[in-house]
Amino acid sequence: MRHLRIPVTRIEGHGLITVQLDEEGRVREARFHVTEVRGFERFCVGRTLWEMPALTARICGICPVSHLLCSAKACDAILAVRIPRPAEKLRRLMNLGQIVQSHALSFFHLSSPDLLLGWDADPRQRNLFGVAAFNRKLALDGIRLRAFGQEIIEVLGGKRIHPAWAVPGGVNQPLTEAGRDRLAAKLPEALRIAQDALAYYEEHMGAWAEEIEHFGKFPSLFLSLVAPDGSWEHYGGHLRLVDAQRRIVADGLDPARYPEYLGEAVESWSYLKFPYYKPYGYPEGMYRVGPLARLNTCDRFGTKLADEALARFRALAPGQAVTASFHYHYARLIEILGALEKVQELLSDPEILSPRVRAEAGINELEGVGVHEAPRGTLFHHYWVDETGLVRRVNLIISTGHNNLAMNRTVAQIAQRWLTGREITEGLLNRLEGGIRAYDPCLSCSVHAVGQMPLRVVLLGPHGEVLAERTRGA
Amino acid sequence: MITLTLDGVRVQAQEGETILQAAKRAGIRIPTLCYLEGLSPRGACRLCLVEVRTWGGRLVPACATPVQEGMEVVANSERLRELRRAILEMLFAERNHICAFCVSNGHCELQDLAAELGMDHVRYPYRWLPFSVDLSHAKYGIDHNRCVLCGRCVRACAEVEGAATWGFSGRGIFTLVEADLGEPWGQSKTCTGCGKCVQACPTGALFEKGKATSEQVKRPAILLEITERRPRA
Repeated sequence: MRHLRIPVTRIEGHGLITVQLDEEGRVREARFHVTEVRGFERFCVGRTLWEMPALTARICGICPVSHLLCSAKACDAILAVRIPRPAEKLRRLMNLGQIVQSHALSFFHLSSPDLLLGWDADPRQRNLFGVAAFNRKLALDGIRLRAFGQEIIEVLGGKRIHPAWAVPGGVNQPLTEAGRDRLAAKLPEALRIAQDALAYYEEHMGAWAEEIEHFGKFPSLFLSLVAPDGSWEHYGGHLRLVDAQRRIVADGLDPARYPEYLGEAVESWSYLKFPYYKPYGYPEGMYRVGPLARLNTCDRFGTKLADEALARFRALAPGQAVTASFHYHYARLIEILGALEKVQELLSDPEILSPRVRAEAGINELEGVGVHEAPRGTLFHHYWVDETGLVRRVNLIISTGHNNLAMNRTVAQIAQRWLTGREITEGLLNRLEGGIRAYDPCLSCSVHAVGQMPLRVVLLGPHGEVLAERTRGA
Repeated sequence: MITLTLDGVRVQAQEGETILQAAKRAGIRIPTLCYLEGLSPRGACRLCLVEVRTWGGRLVPACATPVQEGMEVVANSERLRELRRAILEMLFAERNHICAFCVSNGHCELQDLAAELGMDHVRYPYRWLPFSVDLSHAKYGIDHNRCVLCGRCVRACAEVEGAATWGFSGRGIFTLVEADLGEPWGQSKTCTGCGKCVQACPTGALFEKGKATSEQVKRPAILLEITERRPRA
């Protein structure tokens, strides 16, 4: 048994991968275990509804805004109000900022070391500093782009991380003219960076052909919100599922009625639940969410540059869905570009400066569901309250959770392709990690857990005996 | 007039004034929590402890100790800073003061004191006792997790509003501020719904319903304004 510890991991969470071999030494099964539990759903019970947005935002420091906004939507449903139009536009603006900063973090800070330096590069080099030494412009661009996304959040909410700005019924402070102008001034650079990064990816895609083919390329369903007109959506609209042929399996699904069509299976070996599409059963009802899913489900993006990029993306699999999870990276870059175009639209909307940003109401429903698109995919917050507004029960389905089945399938596929003999090589470990990383999973969010984020890979023989083990990070 | 020494400075005070009042006039800062101008002093929180040299170094609450001729008082010293910090840490360890999503985050006297006294961590084990939240009142809520038992609400209700709705029940760390005889606040027959208790409360324990995280700003100074405007008998 070998232990190897390398203090670089670049995934947001704490994971364990086990690879099970059969008698002939072939990969029989591979599992991606999430080994921590946090209990957020439990300790929200007994708190007041009005605290829920800021409370659940603490699930994550990368995407607090996603929880903040989704929670505020669930609270709106309990107040039974339609929030003022400017408030919705401001919430959309913040969510776009969140998508830009989170996607930039995923692509530039976490994944670009693999893409630029290669899967077998020296682990001490495979980080953002290594990228900076190799391609200074790209590294600096990534930092600037993420900073712009964070700045949108800061201008609206007063701080970059954990702003308590979205509240039940709207938001608690409008956008100032100075704030809008500050963002508008920086937008052109962000758009330039997004286009450069997209061009870089498209230019170099050929070099990753083998990984594209084996990092989770399989048919599955795809789930996301789409706008009423079928275009890309991140805040409102309804849910749509398409299959690997991009045929619409279900459309116009009311997000609030998710328990009717989404189930959550539990496995004894992971704290992360396994959501599935009920009509197809478990585990056949596997679906993917997030950037790849959103680009597969929508009819069009709805902005000029992103729609041009979407046409090139669709050309990867004409008439079908893009089923290679590696292209989550591609989809992420297209979404950054489209999100920035939508930021531009919102900033030039005069209503964005309106002071009418909050609807006041008491407890008018005892149950409410909030659904929106977090950077990693569809996010559900479901609350039950008593007559006075105390939370009685909480159910959270986190974006990373939806991808649980697909991530398991992905590690199996990678192990089948790159495992030779009984040794966990550096190249295998990196690719397993990279395969998981393509989903940009946030394990701290998904099981609502905190802590360090090491990845452990264990190779098991046909009778469950440990053949090899490797750990990265601490 | 009485003459006393505060941190080595000779200070004049009126007969019957407290050490805290004399210090305030002399521009000497003594931290307080349960004390609120407009209400009777209680000496409950012990954060205003000062050392009286002329009493053999005895520690007394400045808010509730009258001045004496020739008194020598130490209001700020390393020992007092350490004691005040320890008291503050015990307040934090006793209940569940989680600022991150609190309605009073950023506008909280307890939080401000922690910053002022340099409380960067708590040395005592947190008790994590579960306390309830009562939202039964139409306008206000009470979260016992955030209550420091300073009794400002109890005094504001009895002394300024005259309703005497609030009182203490239980003992020690299990003490609760309760309306009437312990029924839900919303069912209280004596509460007038005036909200003076909410304005007096130094933390997020009492709050206006509908306020989200960080939105609850209190106006404790209104209690003094009301009492000063009131014609005296």
